[in-house]
Amino acid sequence: MAKKLDKVDVVVVGSGWAGGIVSAELSKAGYQVVMLERGKDQTRSDFIGVKDELRYTNRHEMIEKLTGDTITSRVSIGDAALPVRLQKDMNTGTDLGGGSMHWAGSVYRWRSYDFEIRSKTIERYGEGKIPEGMQIRDWGITYDELEPYYAKWEQTAGISGEPDPLGDNRSNEYPNPPMLASPAIKLFKESAKEIGLHPYQMASGNMSQTYTNPDGETLNQCMFCSFCTMYGCDFGSKSDPLATVIPTARKTGNCEIRTNSLVRRVIHKDGKATGVLYTDTRTGQEFEQPADVVVLAAFTFSNNRLLMLSDIGEIYNPETRKGTIGRNFTGQFNSTFLGATGFFNDKKFNYYMGAGGLGGALSDYDADLFDHTDLDFIHGGGIELRQYGDAAIKNNFVPKGTPTWGEEFKEKSLFYAFRTLTVWYSAAVMPWWHNFMDLDPTYKDEFGDPLLRITNKLTEQDKNIAKFGIEKCTEIVEAMGADIIDQDEMPDQFDHTYGGMHYIGGVAMGEDPETSAVNNYLQLWEMENLFVVGGSALPHFSSHHPTPTIGALSYRAAEGIEKYLKEKGGLLTQPKSSGVKA
Amino acid sequence: MTNNKDSNQDTQDLSRRKFLKSGGLVAGGLLGGSLFGGLLTSQFQKDSKKDVAPQADKQVTFDARTFFSRNEDFALLSAATERIYPENKNGMGAIELGVPYFIDRQCASNWGRNANDYMVGPFPSITKTDVYEEEKRQTNEVITSSTVVKLPAGTANYQTKMTRGTFFLEGLNAMEKTSQDKFNERFINLEPEQQDEILQMFEKGEVKFSGVDSADFFSLLRQTTIEGVYADPVYGGNRNMEAWRMKEYPGPIMSFLDKIEEEEFIVMEPSSLRNYQGL
Repeated sequence: MAKKLDKVDVVVVGSGWAGGIVSAELSKAGYQVVMLERGKDQTRSDFIGVKDELRYTNRHEMIEKLTGDTITSRVSIGDAALPVRLQKDMNTGTDLGGGSMHWAGSVYRWRSYDFEIRSKTIERYGEGKIPEGMQIRDWGITYDELEPYYAKWEQTAGISGEPDPLGDNRSNEYPNPPMLASPAIKLFKESAKEIGLHPYQMASGNMSQTYTNPDGETLNQCMFCSFCTMYGCDFGSKSDPLATVIPTARKTGNCEIRTNSLVRRVIHKDGKATGVLYTDTRTGQEFEQPADVVVLAAFTFSNNRLLMLSDIGEIYNPETRKGTIGRNFTGQFNSTFLGATGFFNDKKFNYYMGAGGLGGALSDYDADLFDHTDLDFIHGGGIELRQYGDAAIKNNFVPKGTPTWGEEFKEKSLFYAFRTLTVWYSAAVMPWWHNFMDLDPTYKDEFGDPLLRITNKLTEQDKNIAKFGIEKCTEIVEAMGADIIDQDEMPDQFDHTYGGMHYIGGVAMGEDPETSAVNNYLQLWEMENLFVVGGSALPHFSSHHPTPTIGALSYRAAEGIEKYLKEKGGLLTQPKSSGVKA
Repeated sequence: MTNNKDSNQDTQDLSRRKFLKSGGLVAGGLLGGSLFGGLLTSQFQKDSKKDVAPQADKQVTFDARTFFSRNEDFALLSAATERIYPENKNGMGAIELGVPYFIDRQCASNWGRNANDYMVGPFPSITKTDVYEEEKRQTNEVITSSTVVKLPAGTANYQTKMTRGTFFLEGLNAMEKTSQDKFNERFINLEPEQQDEILQMFEKGEVKFSGVDSADFFSLLRQTTIEGVYADPVYGGNRNMEAWRMKEYPGPIMSFLDKIEEEEFIVMEPSSLRNYQGL
């Protein structure tokens, strides 16, 4: 029998950017908040002295263990799904701060085109441009409406950057100047400029200088030590929830954080959420935490699965295309980061130095910034050259045709160790009727609850956009003067690896309850005191990583929750029927 | 580039390598533990006596197998890793770098036991290519413990009940059997070119054994060898950071803030996790 705890104003499930922002804002406003995190407690001192490639990059120390549960995966509706068994094939965050603790730090706002993708595509090319079965639609919020929240997140996170010359309007500057440019980044930017493109220094969650944010949290200057992606920052120089929103929430005295607390159900009665049921993962003891407002702010997979297990909302059915929970699943897959690699015989780069958000970027082939009239896809992708700082295991690049082991491999991998640069196209990924999440009929977690099942197929759109991007990257690598250029190959089909950490949708926002689960405050249409915050709210995947958009929408959601608590109920935005069947 | 090879080298490794290469000594798996030890010592003395540095100047290593019980398996593993990352003019190969001991420890770790992975059934029998190959190729169907299911296109994921440690043991057995079938000789006694031939057969997935997909095993062996060569020395490979010296990789360094804009390539004397943690 679960032990029933005292009721609080708000219970928040998850402690990443989404849960952290909501908890910080509501506890600052004076509400009693309980934040539940399934993983362990951690502090920034836990990351001192952890520069160990094998333990973190290869053995995934900061990644959720799959011992208790995972997802199952298949390509087509008729297939049986099989579990993604290895931790290396499913990189999701865990522990206090969540996946945000090991993010690289690359920062991009999504485009005004994204938020009104359906209207803008039809306006320019006609309805026929959108293929049958591609479920794109407008988000129920415009870029201009979301812009202040983007700005707020950037100030909190202390973003270092310069504006994209092809970017949308900004209400203010980045709070910190751009990161220093290494010779490789300079080469990328100069070469791209020579062929008429518009490169700039990508914005970053790594600090270009010591910075104190509006909540009074101080972040230190980045040391370019190269251990960002898959690592917690050694120096407190990477913007993450433990450096920003979690201490802000703690300082208020209104936010209690409980770790090792795995939420397994949302409890509800008469169409209202009454709290959550969770298990202490150390002792097995079950607890019920009642609250006026329940916020699901976990990873996309958990947000969706919790709703499905709690029997809230209608699970999407691809046959009828009805139901909203699990609908519009997308993410970054094996088709997403393809491009071209250049091998330089006479140049050597200090590529063991770097930072997660250190790079050059350009948007010339992004969103609808180029004419798609004669192209067989919509949207586009960002182009990047990233200097993460390569460690020794990762850095074994050899030109195509070289054996991958033996004498010749050894010789060439040593020679090209710091003479290899890659430019890639991070292609946007559209939602389709046949890509979705539901519950698996066969495989179960350690409590006997069904696992989440993913059905995901690469489409002609995905392949065409990737081929286009590979060619554009090749032109840049040629301009950079590489001696050997290897082009990436487009995969035939989805490979069931979820290593990129960016998977979204399933509880997507919108203005029509027929095709969306939450409104533009991320309030569930059919349960007004339940807010579902995070990547699960994004209706399609744009050309870059989702973190800033998740951050912006979390600020928007926090504002909505406060409004809801003050006004004592009601839907914060009224539904509109879009009349769109997609 | 600095070369600390002479002062810090673990001379036992050299002797062990030569020992393993002189396959006649271990033929047939007849050697007992004490005899093995005696032979090792005599080899050591015969080959390396004049190179032995005073004990006080040496780093002491305490290598021993903690996963592979049988010397034959470990000898085969060692020979295979050396073909994947051979000693050459650039420097040490896998054996001298300690890679076999790295793999031994990894197999005994959580990783080798798949302790962080989802290992709950049912397990479709897709790895038993000898039994189900025809079905797999023709109809894309396999038999699970209870039902016939259609496999997802392009399924490449781990779908076996075997842990990585067991996978290593089965894979090494399969390599030994292939060597006997093809050359009528133990793998460690083959010429390097013949050893390569067997590794290539595995790489291409041409060898069929129950329970082991030979291409998957090769991929695991190759990846683990590369990891052992280049991981921090704390895991037993990359002895004395020699692989980092070959690659001109400096290891974990506190800050490159003052160097990130430098045009010239900078070669630094490497520093390990042990240095970095101030031990």
